Amino acid sequence: MPETTSTETSGPAVADRAGRGRDVPATVARFAAVPTVGPLAALLLACLFFSLNTDRFLTGGNLSLVVQQVMEVGTLAVGQTIVILTAGIDLSNGAVMAFGTIVMTRLAVGGHVPAPLAIVIGVVVCAAFGAVNGGLVTMARLPAFIVTLGTLNIAFALTHIYSHEQTVTGLPKALTALGQTFPLGNTDVTYGSVVMLALFAVAWYVLRFTAAGRHVYAVGDNPEAARLTGISNRRLLITVYTIAGAVYGLAGLLLVGRTTVGDPQAGQTDNLDSITAVVLGGVSLFGGRGSIVGVLFGALIVGVIRNGLQLMGVAAVYQVLITGILVILAVGVDRLARRRRM
Amino acid sequence: MTERADQDGPILEAYGLVKRYGHVTALDGADFELLPGEILAVIGDNGAGKSTLIKALSGALVPDEGRILLDGRPVRFHSPVDARRAGIETVYQDLAVAPALDIAANLFLGREVRRKGVLGKVFRMLDTGRMQSEANAHLRDLKIGVGSMSQAVETLSGGQRQGVAVARSAAFARHVVIMDEPTAALGVKESGMVVDLIRGVRERGLPVILISHDIPTVFDVADRIHIQRLGRRVAVVEPGDVDMAEAVAIMTGAAPGNATGHG
Repeated sequence: MPETTSTETSGPAVADRAGRGRDVPATVARFAAVPTVGPLAALLLACLFFSLNTDRFLTGGNLSLVVQQVMEVGTLAVGQTIVILTAGIDLSNGAVMAFGTIVMTRLAVGGHVPAPLAIVIGVVVCAAFGAVNGGLVTMARLPAFIVTLGTLNIAFALTHIYSHEQTVTGLPKALTALGQTFPLGNTDVTYGSVVMLALFAVAWYVLRFTAAGRHVYAVGDNPEAARLTGISNRRLLITVYTIAGAVYGLAGLLLVGRTTVGDPQAGQTDNLDSITAVVLGGVSLFGGRGSIVGVLFGALIVGVIRNGLQLMGVAAVYQVLITGILVILAVGVDRLARRRRM
Repeated sequence: MTERADQDGPILEAYGLVKRYGHVTALDGADFELLPGEILAVIGDNGAGKSTLIKALSGALVPDEGRILLDGRPVRFHSPVDARRAGIETVYQDLAVAPALDIAANLFLGREVRRKGVLGKVFRMLDTGRMQSEANAHLRDLKIGVGSMSQAVETLSGGQRQGVAVARSAAFARHVVIMDEPTAALGVKESGMVVDLIRGVRERGLPVILISHDIPTVFDVADRIHIQRLGRRVAVVEPGDVDMAEAVAIMTGAAPGNATGHG
């Protein structure tokens, strides 16, 4: 019986060469292929740059502020990541989050609903939006891009109708509790930052250590192969979009905590910001590849650049400019890596 | 491996299978018998109904009429998952693996093993170590040479990928492995490797149904050859008794079959 490693493929010879991994470039390539290496390196470089160029960047208070500034987008990015891993996309998440915040705050302030119940209802409404997204993607077989573009507009309109274009103020304490801080050493840390980090930790565990997480990757990677092994793509996708929706509801709660109001204008560019974090984090928009840890780094990269340039006194448009360049670079790298593997 | 390997009765049999698509009759009373421990090749011209027959046996479609028996007991499959639960595994020609997942993850996809105790029951944690060592054992059994079980399937050659698919089937099949054109997507040398794998599966005691267009390979590897024509089994021959030209003649209708003697 022939030793199979010595068999030459008539097909993609490049893939075979990568599989041996004995020569040095291949080892380097494999290290670089670890999806979190690039984002972490970029994050550390950005931090190094700003700590050399500003005095205030590398202080506990400032770093805590960076995390606090990315906590909604970071949380939205957790939901966005699991959707994108299934080869989907969610354009509706910022609008859904905004609707969730209006539901929570209106119910708690004018609706005579106890604050904890109002929070639960807000999160459930967001989860329901996710379920609708998932249902339309799987049962009506519509592209996620179109479905979530539709629900983005629906959630946006509902937000404005239900809020009567009014900002909701005078919120009960329970709604703003996650915006409070606690001392860690001599730095004040926002509870909401901890919630975001905890969500990343839970998502990391589920994606990496459970069968459900593995199925998320498999469905994004090769849906037909997943189906043939008995995985129900439909059930998995609906679950993923629904969980993502609930996560957007939590992001809304963090937003309310930070701003202490229910703002119908909130979150309008958060969908693109969350996609930016996912892409900078090294997750492939084609599905099935990437790590949620990288997405945390991706969200922090955006926060660090914004914060650092602010400290350096650079105008805000340059933050946007740099973020745009980074996104194109990140997608280009993903594309190149894919072509090499395929 | 099979429960009735010591007996002579067929492992998988089907009688009078009929499947119609509108005016087209894909299966017109087809019979089928797979004996323990054999490699049974199914050949036939395009439109002879061989892929419909295989889909009926692997649960991908439900026949309009006829009976299927597994291990002597009547079965009715409504999906490939039903057939898999009954112990029939299928290897598809188009390399049905998830390229970004590693070898062990692919082998256990949809059948992951969890840790024992609280970690597995409450936290549903996978036993990655155990799956990797079992995957390694399965691949070694079939003499499939690959590096680490934690390397992504996309780093493998086409033949090695098909090796992973075959190993998965052999690992979980309790009764039958069906291979649907397993070499169609592969080059010559890689095909030879898969042919060795087919023999390897038989050596493990599992009978194999091999659907192939490749008549020389079929004559090389099969114990018996089921010839399908116009929706029926027209003959079952052994490679030693007829030559390829005769088999092709039966397949195309130029020579009569012998199905009455087996039916």
